[in-house]
Amino acid sequence: MDLYEYQAKHLFGVHGVPVVPGEVCTTPEAAHEAARKIGTTVVVKAQVKAGGRGKAGGVKLAESPDEAQARAADILGMDIKGHTVHRVLVTEAAEIADEYYVSFLLDRANRCYLAMASVEGGMEIEEVAATKPEALAKIRVDALEGCTPEKAAEIADAANFPAEVRDQVIVVLEKLWDVLVKEDATLVEVNPLVRTPDNRIVALDGKVTLDGNADYRHASHTDFIDHDSSDPLELRAAEFDLNYVKLSGQVGVIGNGAGLVMSTLDVVAYAGEEFGGMKPANFLDIGGGASAEVMANGLDIILGDPEVKAVLVNVFGGITACDAVANGVVQAIAMLETRGAPVTKPIVCRIDGNNAIEGRRILTEAALPIVELVETMDDAARRVAQLAAQGA
Amino acid sequence: MAIFLNSGSRILVQGITGQEGTKHTRRMVTSGTNVVAGVTPGKGGQVVDGIPVFDSVGEAVAATGADTSVVFVPPKFTKGAVLESIDAAIPLCIVITEGVPVLDTAEFFQYAQNAGTTRIVGPNCPGVISPGQSNAGIIPGDITVPGRIGLVSKSGTLTYQMMYELRDFGFSTCVGIGGDPIIGTTHIDCLAAFEADPDTDAIVMIGEIGGDAEERAAAFIKDNVSKPVVGYVAGFTAPEGKTMGHAGAIVSGSAGTAAGKQEALEAVGVKVGRTPSATAAIMREIMSAL
Repeated sequence: MDLYEYQAKHLFGVHGVPVVPGEVCTTPEAAHEAARKIGTTVVVKAQVKAGGRGKAGGVKLAESPDEAQARAADILGMDIKGHTVHRVLVTEAAEIADEYYVSFLLDRANRCYLAMASVEGGMEIEEVAATKPEALAKIRVDALEGCTPEKAAEIADAANFPAEVRDQVIVVLEKLWDVLVKEDATLVEVNPLVRTPDNRIVALDGKVTLDGNADYRHASHTDFIDHDSSDPLELRAAEFDLNYVKLSGQVGVIGNGAGLVMSTLDVVAYAGEEFGGMKPANFLDIGGGASAEVMANGLDIILGDPEVKAVLVNVFGGITACDAVANGVVQAIAMLETRGAPVTKPIVCRIDGNNAIEGRRILTEAALPIVELVETMDDAARRVAQLAAQGA
Repeated sequence: MAIFLNSGSRILVQGITGQEGTKHTRRMVTSGTNVVAGVTPGKGGQVVDGIPVFDSVGEAVAATGADTSVVFVPPKFTKGAVLESIDAAIPLCIVITEGVPVLDTAEFFQYAQNAGTTRIVGPNCPGVISPGQSNAGIIPGDITVPGRIGLVSKSGTLTYQMMYELRDFGFSTCVGIGGDPIIGTTHIDCLAAFEADPDTDAIVMIGEIGGDAEERAAAFIKDNVSKPVVGYVAGFTAPEGKTMGHAGAIVSGSAGTAAGKQEALEAVGVKVGRTPSATAAIMREIMSAL
């Protein structure tokens, strides 16, 4: 899960990474009050999970509370790269002498962590990496050894931090590593890390990505769940504990196993090219246990998307037995009928693997008018795309 | 021969007394696997289906000569279980568990690197099967037959799908390497092992969005693999910034896309199928021509 700047800075504060005081606001009036409390010139910053906020006009200086209120009114509701701004962060405007960059991230290729640091911060780090790679220090961090004071010094020196701030930067790096380890983050990034004219080091912006697999050891991380910019269907799916991602197509997809479902989306999109550009409407992995209830919840979510014109159920029974999947489909349709949401859209089923013959028999005998059985994945994708095009 | 796992493998199940552990131990045994021991701390002395249970991996190895561990313990305890296997110098440790925090994986992977005696497969993987010889994990044992194709895949169900599609030719070994951001055994490790295996004639490599493992594998194939390789990549329609089921399956900016992976593989002469069936068809043609 990617965090907002204000959430990232909250974690920075908890672990001792220096930040400027600020307050997150959802209304212009709250921004006025926040600016009044801070009492200095403030910056009003759009809180969206996208880069380039400044260029998009989402970051503005304000000299007074009235001005902060006006700027907040401008920024709230803005659209930045497809993200609506629901909150602004009002912070003290720090004086900036220099802008630096520091981060720790997971290095998937080398299966360890990587520290990156540069005294050329402030701009997109990808740009620094592309145009001035020598200005970006990259240092391997061993997962077991962590960022020791010696390692932090190595990073700071590799990036050529000036002597007057070197010791502070080393401490910031150690604390930032604490954020990574103690919060189970896969990315912690500060850009810019600034030096003030009086040689203080402050994190002016922050980016943190948390590892969802570690949620069980961080009860407080549930506070970071973003309810207003998540898709409502994704939120509902999360309540059902379903692995669902909303896309923008007409063919609902249910399958088992992340790889097979991703593959199904692709195959549907290819097939859709023949039928007026029908596309997959979602990713939904129901995993190993395709019980009737899981299937019913899945269908419920998918059919809650008004764009969906037809549904493809694509299951390869490995551990899952196809007869259980077939029973799941039949019972799910009955279950939705009793919930008062009868299924009227066509469902194409392709089930193969463990106990497939029995599964197909169950579906054939149930003789449900909306359910159609197709033998192969490629043919099923073609058929569902055709049905979706007819319904569109 | 096969890779990593063969008829001589002596399997130990960590978490054998748990529901999943017991269920899959039975399945492994049914498909002809020699499961010699189980480990559940505090349950030493018990017996599951005639298989002795020990309190620790060290004791189990000493008593049974187990050389392959399959880990079914919940995410919270996975790191501890894997460290125990590494301390016991088990040559192969297959971590089935899904949902292990990546920090834990990074730590036990580094620990294994430092020890230098244990290969880790997974986590979040279906395991390894050398059909007709041994089956360590949760891969169904009856959907394919022994043969001369090697298979390496990030995805469990796509592994099954491919095993089933090519059941007319069969497989030497199928390795599910797992869909997490950090995994113990990579495409490259498997490609190298298949290249060296006299019982493997051709290799299917299944990848998916996220990271650059497929691109690195392509570079490796160019210089090191002489056997024919057929590829498949899932996730062309995946949107940027969304995790698609597997923790590691995410396109970040322009990095980790399926198109980029396909391009890298094709650039080194790997034929990439558009769908799993098309991929199987390419492999069938290659095997028929050998």
